[in-house]
Amino acid sequence: MLANLTALLSTTLRMATPLILAALGGMFSERSGVINIALEGIMLIGAFTAMAGSYFFSPWIGVLGAVIVGMIIAAAHALVSISFRADQIVSGTAINIFAAGITGFLLRLIFGDAGQSPSVQDVGTWKIPFIKDIPVIGGVFGEQIPFVYIALILVAVSYWILFKTPFGLRIRSVGEHPAAADSVGINVIGMRYIAVIMSGFFAGLAGASLSIGLLDLFVKNMSSGRGFIALAAMIFGRWTPHGAMLAALLFGFADALQMLAQTIGLTFVPRQFLLMAPYILTILALTGVIGRSTPPAADGEPYIKEEV
Amino acid sequence: MVDKDISEKKAKYLQEQHLVDFIVPIISIIAGLIVGAIFMLIIGAEPIKAYIVLWNSSFGSLRGFGEMLVNTVPLIFTGLAVAFGFKIGLFNIGGDGQFLVSYLAAAYIGYMFQLPMYIHLPFALIAGMIAGGIWGGIAGYLKAKLGIHEVITTIMFNYIALYLVGYLAGGPLKAEGILPATPKIFDTAKLPRFVPTMRIHYGIFLALAVAVLIYYILWKTTFGYEVRATGQNPDAAQFGGINVARNMVLAMFISGALAGLAGTTQALGLEYRAYQPFGFVGYGFTGIAVALVGKGHPGGVVLGALLFGVLSRGAMMMQSMVGVPKEVIEIIQAIIIMFIASEYIFKYLARKWRERKGGVADAS
Amino acid sequence: MAAGNNLAVEMKGITKRFPGVIANDKVDFELEKGEIHALLGENGAGKTTLMNCLYGFLNADEGEIFINNKKVEVTDPNVAISHGIGMVHQHFMLVPPFTVTENIVLGKEPTKNNMIDYKTANQNVRDISKQYGLNVEPTVKVQDISVGMQQRVEILKALYRGADILILDEPTAVLTPQEVKELVKIMESLTDEGKSIIFITHKLKEVKSIADRVTVIRSGKLIDTVKTDTVTTNDLANMMVGREVILEVEKKEANPGEVVLEVEDLYAKNDRDLMALNGTSFSVRRGEILGIAGVDGNGQTELTEVLSGLRKKEKGTIKFKGREITKPQTKRLFEEGISHIPEDRQKRGLIMEFKLYENLILGRHDRKPYASGINLNNKKIKEEARRLIEDFDIRTPSETVQAKSLSGGNQQKLIIAREFDRKPDLLIAAQPTRGIDVGAIEYIHNSLITQRDNNKAILLISLELDEILSLSDRVAVIYEGKIVDILDIGDATEEKLGLMMAGAESEEELEGGGQVG
Repeated sequence: MLANLTALLSTTLRMATPLILAALGGMFSERSGVINIALEGIMLIGAFTAMAGSYFFSPWIGVLGAVIVGMIIAAAHALVSISFRADQIVSGTAINIFAAGITGFLLRLIFGDAGQSPSVQDVGTWKIPFIKDIPVIGGVFGEQIPFVYIALILVAVSYWILFKTPFGLRIRSVGEHPAAADSVGINVIGMRYIAVIMSGFFAGLAGASLSIGLLDLFVKNMSSGRGFIALAAMIFGRWTPHGAMLAALLFGFADALQMLAQTIGLTFVPRQFLLMAPYILTILALTGVIGRSTPPAADGEPYIKEEV
Repeated sequence: MVDKDISEKKAKYLQEQHLVDFIVPIISIIAGLIVGAIFMLIIGAEPIKAYIVLWNSSFGSLRGFGEMLVNTVPLIFTGLAVAFGFKIGLFNIGGDGQFLVSYLAAAYIGYMFQLPMYIHLPFALIAGMIAGGIWGGIAGYLKAKLGIHEVITTIMFNYIALYLVGYLAGGPLKAEGILPATPKIFDTAKLPRFVPTMRIHYGIFLALAVAVLIYYILWKTTFGYEVRATGQNPDAAQFGGINVARNMVLAMFISGALAGLAGTTQALGLEYRAYQPFGFVGYGFTGIAVALVGKGHPGGVVLGALLFGVLSRGAMMMQSMVGVPKEVIEIIQAIIIMFIASEYIFKYLARKWRERKGGVADAS
Repeated sequence: MAAGNNLAVEMKGITKRFPGVIANDKVDFELEKGEIHALLGENGAGKTTLMNCLYGFLNADEGEIFINNKKVEVTDPNVAISHGIGMVHQHFMLVPPFTVTENIVLGKEPTKNNMIDYKTANQNVRDISKQYGLNVEPTVKVQDISVGMQQRVEILKALYRGADILILDEPTAVLTPQEVKELVKIMESLTDEGKSIIFITHKLKEVKSIADRVTVIRSGKLIDTVKTDTVTTNDLANMMVGREVILEVEKKEANPGEVVLEVEDLYAKNDRDLMALNGTSFSVRRGEILGIAGVDGNGQTELTEVLSGLRKKEKGTIKFKGREITKPQTKRLFEEGISHIPEDRQKRGLIMEFKLYENLILGRHDRKPYASGINLNNKKIKEEARRLIEDFDIRTPSETVQAKSLSGGNQQKLIIAREFDRKPDLLIAAQPTRGIDVGAIEYIHNSLITQRDNNKAILLISLELDEILSLSDRVAVIYEGKIVDILDIGDATEEKLGLMMAGAESEEELEGGGQVG
């Protein structure tokens, strides 16, 4: 029984990690006023890049590649949404379609397979010496894929950046009232670019955690809507790092339940219903959140000077 | 007098912008094809050869033409679905999920009952539309009443549909035997084919008729007026006594039903049963590109569907004959969408170019 | 012309173009050190654009700017700020969920260990607030403070950055007459300290009473710069508009009939879930104009929304033509005979992308003769549109252009055409002349009087006290969601109304216990 609980919590943490990372990215972007629907696509490309990096070089080169590519793709989204004033959701959707296309394209081209890549070396795990020996907690936190620890640290770092530093204050001002920020000389466009590129960093990292963290290969379309679940976690968490983390853990739990169904004896539920669970949970979470949750006031609107 | 001059100049300026409206999709398509060509060059294939194969696969033979239309029919429906959603100001990305539930519903009615054709076929079509409509309508309701963004809900519903239909078609509704699909539908529920040797079916008529119907609804009826008003300015629409929430739900229902017709015709015209899906077919997402290329207008949507029908028909051929992975089509699609979405920058550049030519800015 | 070395600001030949319009056409402007200089013009004349160029918010296409006799390329607000220019915009540039301190130090935050040093920041704000006598509460969120305090925060923002030259854009728009007096005192004490002030306005009376000199702008061009004690208000009006202007509306005595609208003890919440209407009561009769005066944010918006079915009431009764309306619904209200000119024509009144004929049927689009059943009768709609365009003198090439191609005044006329054509018994007009040029204002005012003379009941809600005083037969004042009192026009003076608008009963009460706002 205890072993089952430990396994469940440990898996929850692992499954939540890509969501936490992507949600943090989405949060920075939206706090500056740019909706980043492309988290899904950037995650996918990040996952592929990490796998390819590990295949040709090493796992950590793969991670590095994933975040760099993530930032580049995010920069493209920023260019089109901010400077070209495209509808941010359409632009994001285009990136998602592009991601599916290019990863499938390269998968077929490089590895000759339409469905998945060969196994590659994953990043392994990190062990924390003392914690490992504590019952239950040791099983959950003592030894995990590195991404889990990185994600948790980044949650704290993000909180500090957003609410304690001048940079964070300015990002938030740009998202709430860009004209006010502009009037005191803050570069609204520049701040938004930075925030969106940051989201690319996070989403790329999230993708790497999928392909060479949770697994050790790339499967076509492996992000499976996680980018959108991460957005829901961000909304549910009211655009705060700690809120997003808690929401992501909740969704990760649903995922973990599905994965461990056999082990914990949940066999009477058809597999597909367990697979459905995270998505249904997301909708229920959003339904329960209305009225109490408002996005940054200027979210989704291009900043147009002449109208001042 | 001054007023009228200003108004005239402004109106003319806006009309010129509309011209750009028309050119932007064309430039975007060309840009997409160019980027596709670049990718082909990178992998050592010959773009010209590839695009010729692409063209011939649809227009080189009657059979090819028919196959291309088979691809076009669902795209007309999903394109109309997205376009109708845009008109009410909502983004329906749930086409793939709406496709699946209608696919199953239509097949179910098709094999569950045995009725004369003039009852059975419409019954199955309507069942499909209702299933898709409900799938879209719920998202509309959540947006209208609770403010939840339809992009997230419709994507969630896509996955829910995938697993739900997967469960039903592979479980309780599965036919006897090893095939992971529902039983074959009766002949009375089938959409007739033109010729036994080709797969193209009467669904093409249905698609064109529906496109005309949607045009009529949007511009010639009071409901369409309310939909467009709500999409352009919900505050003013509300002020004009329009029930914004009700229209949102209704419009998303119709949007879902339209996408559902793609699935319905797939079941009743092509496959004659509902197979357990192993992934999304992708018509829903392609529908977005179709709607954008068609600038949200039913006529444009039909043309856009034709374009993407040609592209997807050609994709398989390009892969087998020239070695270009068929995913290049998705890349081309994405580029087209990006360019169309950036139309502001085109208008801006066009204005600057005209200013340079004319010497001075348009001014009163 | 003053001696060159006494100029704080000099702008020469400023030209700024936007698509389809020249907002500033070779405008010259100068500001002497220590003066209060008014920039006067109608709505849309180009005043704000000119100042936005000075502040670096916009970049002029042509022209030069000199600050303290040095030529400066003002490319963005940072440049302007570093040269001592501060600007307080008409629509405040404050971030609502941030505190007063956060808004003031934004962009120039004191730091310690890479984090914002809130203790120092708050102290700095208290110090500077005391130095200039501008009372604010550092740790309160801006969304929770009064409009008057918000304005003080905006001024402190500029002073915190060392501004010597202050640009105030329509600063009195949101203040009661008494608060305006306070502001003028602040402005005078700032100039005593050596600061120079430009204030943008379209209100003639203020120019004479507050400014030393005035520059008049019309349709983007400089008309003249004069000392305010050498001209009359009429002179200024003529310069502003370019022709003889009749400042007072001609109207005969009202002849009111039966009560058409009766509102009793109305309660309603605003968007932030706070009670905005706290027991509002009044009535409007046929053949009269009841004007409701008040400072923005005292419940006017919520009142018009309840009366047009866009907001639900918590408590109270609304009786129209004798019958109680328990659940006002927009559509039903139209049918019963209530029309409404909304205060925000771009948001509520028109669908900018729609063509004129499509806008003219909004609210009646499903009735005969515009539709039969579900089908629209486009031919008839266009016919009727042409008739209305002619009757109401809407300047446009045709009925098929989009609403956004019309000027502000013509857009408003479009809305009026639509609402008058309904032949309502009660007409609610909220800010009917906001942002409109004088020519259109005259037309709209005369139209309202005509409707009144045709035995209609008119409820006029306006933030411009002058408009209320010139049109109304009776005047009510709304304060914190309640009608303070209703006076006959003969008894209504600006002083009395000003007191009521601030919630006070008398001058003593106002100055005695505590601050205004």
